[in-house]
Amino acid sequence: MKIINLIKLAIQSILRNKFRSLLTMLGIIIGVASVIAMLAIGEGSKISIEENISSMGSNLIMVFPSGERRGGVSLGSSDSKKLTISDCEKIISQCPSIKSVTPLLQTNGQIISGSSNWPTSLRGANEYYFEITNQGIAKGRSFTSEEIRRSSKVCLIGETVKENIFGENSDPIGEKIRFNKIPFEIIGILESKGQSTFGSDQDDILIVPYTTVQKRILAITSIHQIFTSAISETASEQAVKEIEETLRKAHKLTGSEENDFSIRTQEEIMSMLSSTSQVMTTLLAAIASISLLVGGIGIMNIMYVSVTERTREIGLRSAVGGREQDIMWQFLIESIFMSVTGGIIGIILGISIAFSVSHFMNWPINITVDSIFLAFFFASIIGVFFGWYPARKAAKLDPINALRHE
Amino acid sequence: MNKSIISLQSIDKDYYVGDITVRALRAIDMEILEGEFAAIMGASGSGKSTLLNILGCLDKPTNGKYKLDNEPINELNKNQLAHIRNQKIGFIFQSYNLLSKTSALKNVELPLLYNNTVNSKERRERALKALESVNLLDRMFHMPNQLSGGQQQRVAIARSLVNNPVLILADEPTGNLDTRTSYEIMSLFQELNKQGKTIVLVTHETDIAQFTKRNIIYRDGRILKDQKIGNPKNAKVALENLPAEEGFEERN
Ligand SMILES: Nc1ncnc2c1ncn2[C@@H]1O[C@H](COP(=O)(O)OP(=O)(O)OP(=O)(O)O)[C@@H](O)[C@H]1O
Ligand SMILES: [Mg+2]
Repeated sequence: MKIINLIKLAIQSILRNKFRSLLTMLGIIIGVASVIAMLAIGEGSKISIEENISSMGSNLIMVFPSGERRGGVSLGSSDSKKLTISDCEKIISQCPSIKSVTPLLQTNGQIISGSSNWPTSLRGANEYYFEITNQGIAKGRSFTSEEIRRSSKVCLIGETVKENIFGENSDPIGEKIRFNKIPFEIIGILESKGQSTFGSDQDDILIVPYTTVQKRILAITSIHQIFTSAISETASEQAVKEIEETLRKAHKLTGSEENDFSIRTQEEIMSMLSSTSQVMTTLLAAIASISLLVGGIGIMNIMYVSVTERTREIGLRSAVGGREQDIMWQFLIESIFMSVTGGIIGIILGISIAFSVSHFMNWPINITVDSIFLAFFFASIIGVFFGWYPARKAAKLDPINALRHE
Repeated sequence: MNKSIISLQSIDKDYYVGDITVRALRAIDMEILEGEFAAIMGASGSGKSTLLNILGCLDKPTNGKYKLDNEPINELNKNQLAHIRNQKIGFIFQSYNLLSKTSALKNVELPLLYNNTVNSKERRERALKALESVNLLDRMFHMPNQLSGGQQQRVAIARSLVNNPVLILADEPTGNLDTRTSYEIMSLFQELNKQGKTIVLVTHETDIAQFTKRNIIYRDGRILKDQKIGNPKNAKVALENLPAEEGFEERN
C-alpha cells in the first residue's frame, strides 16, 4: 500500500476511536510535557546559579581555614589554624598575581533603631571588599583606611535592612543604628543584589570595618576568611598557587604536612554548584522519562487490544490482497502517529507548564531546543518500539484464522 | 475450448486437532474453465468451505497441485499469494465481512488500496462503476449498519469485482438471506457470468444451485457427483414468479 494511504488509514482509525486514542496519548503527553518542563526548570536554575556566582566577582578567590568550606559560613573549628591579618598582608605583598585582599569576619545580631529592630548578619572587611566582591555602593561612600585603623563605628547597609528599619524611600545616611547595642553611623547604602543561589537575601546585610568587628564585637585577633581578587581571570590559577605557597610558608608547614587552609576560586564553586544542579536536572529528567516509558506501555497495550479487536478486519485485508508488510505498517504507523501527536501536544503542554512556573512561582526557566528535540525523538522511538510487537502480531495472523475469529 | 481457470490435481487437506486427523479433502481433481458458473454442494462438513479457501489462496492444501489462471499457486510465497488474491480473485463471504464504520464506497475501494498501480482518482471511478453494477450507487455513503443484509452482500460483490478478477468465489453468499433477496443475488451472479466472469459458489440449497451451469457435489472430502446443467433456471424470471407476500414490498 502507498505510504500516503497508510497514513490516511492511521488517521481514520485514530479518529474512529477519538476518546480511546486521547487516553492512549495521555501517557506520552504527560511524559513529554514533564521531560520538557523538568529540563526547563533544571536548566533555568543552573543558569541562575551561574549568574549569581559571577555576580560575586569573577576573579574572586576565597581562603578558608581548613574544614570551613561550606558556602563561606564560619563553623568555628577550634582545632584548625586560624587565619590572621598577617596572612592577608603576606598575600598582598608576596603574591604578584593578586590585586586586592580583604579579611572577612562574620556574625549575626540584632539591629535596633528607635522603635524598629531587625535581625541581620554583619560582615567585617576592609575598603577593598566592594571591589573584590563586585558590590556596588548605591549611595554614600565606602570606609576609609583611617576609619579601619581606628576601628570606627561606621557601616554600610543593604537595601533590605534599610527598608525594614527606615522604610523604602528613606535616605538614612548619617543616621545612627545599634548593632548588638553598639551604635554605628550609616555612611553608605549597598546596591541591591537580590536573592543568592542558596535562597538567602544578599541585601540583608551590614558591612563595617573588620577591625571594629575584631575589637568591639567579637573581641578576637584572628579573622574568619580572606577574600582576594586575581589581577585577571586568567591569572586565577597562578594566584591560587602563590597564595598556597605564601600561606604554607607563613604557617610553617613542611613537605608532607597538609594545608591547614583551603582555597576556592569562584570558578570552582561555580562548577561545583552547577554540577549539583546538573545532577538534579538529570534526576528530574529521569523521573519524567519513566512516565514517558509508562506512556509507551500504554500505547502498546492499546495497540495490542486493537489488533485483537480487529482480527477479522486484518483477515479481510489480507484476503483482498494486503501483504504482511502492509498490515504491519498500518499498525506501526498508527502507533507512531499516536506517539508523535502525543509528543507534539506534550511539547506544547510542557512549554506552557514551564512558562507558568516561571510566571507564577518566579522560578528561572530555560527551554532549550535540545530538550524539545530530545523529547520528540524519544516519543517517536517509543511509538516504533512499543508499536512494533503488536503490529508484527497483526501481520503474522493467518488470513483464514483471522477471518474465522469470533 | 475455453482456457482453464482452476486446475486441481490430487488435492488433500488434513486438519490436525490433538491426536485426531480430520481429512477434509481427499485427492480432489477438478477443472474449471473460463466462463463457467459452478456450484459446490454437499452436506455440512463435506469440505466445501475448505475447498473454497484453498481456491481463494487463503489456505494451503496439505498435498497436491493447484494452478489458477496458469499460475502454479503451490509454488508461490506469501507476498505473491497476496498479489494473486488482490489481482485474480474476488472473494465473497457468507457474513459479508464489510469493514464497520466505513462507507459502502470505501469498502468497495479497499482491494484497490493494495494495488499500487491504481491512483486515487481511478480508484474512486472503478469503485463507483462496481457499485453501479450492483445497483447501489444511491447507497454509497451508507455505513454497513445502515444497509440491509442483501445490500451488504451486494456491496461485498461490488468489492469482489472492483479489481476485475478472473475468478469470483462465494462461500454461501445467500446463506444469511431470505428467498427473495437470495434470488436477487443469484440474478446478479447470472448477469456477471453472462458478461464472462467465471464464478464458483458454495451452497447447500438446491434451489440456489439450479441457477448455476454446473453442480459439483461433495461428500466426506470427495467429489460424489459432477454434472452440467444444460438449461439453468433464470433467476430474474424466478424472482418475478415469487408470490408477492403481504406487506412485504420489494426492498432495495
Ligand atoms: N480449522 C479447522 N480445524 C480442524 N478441522 C476443521 C477446520 N476447518 C474445517 N475442519 C473440518 O473439516 C471438515 C470440512 O469442513 P468445511 O468447513 O469445509 O465444511 P463445509 O462443507 O463448509 O460445511 P458447512 O456446510 O457446514 O459450511 C469438517 O469435518 C470440519 O470439522
Ligand atoms: Mg462452509
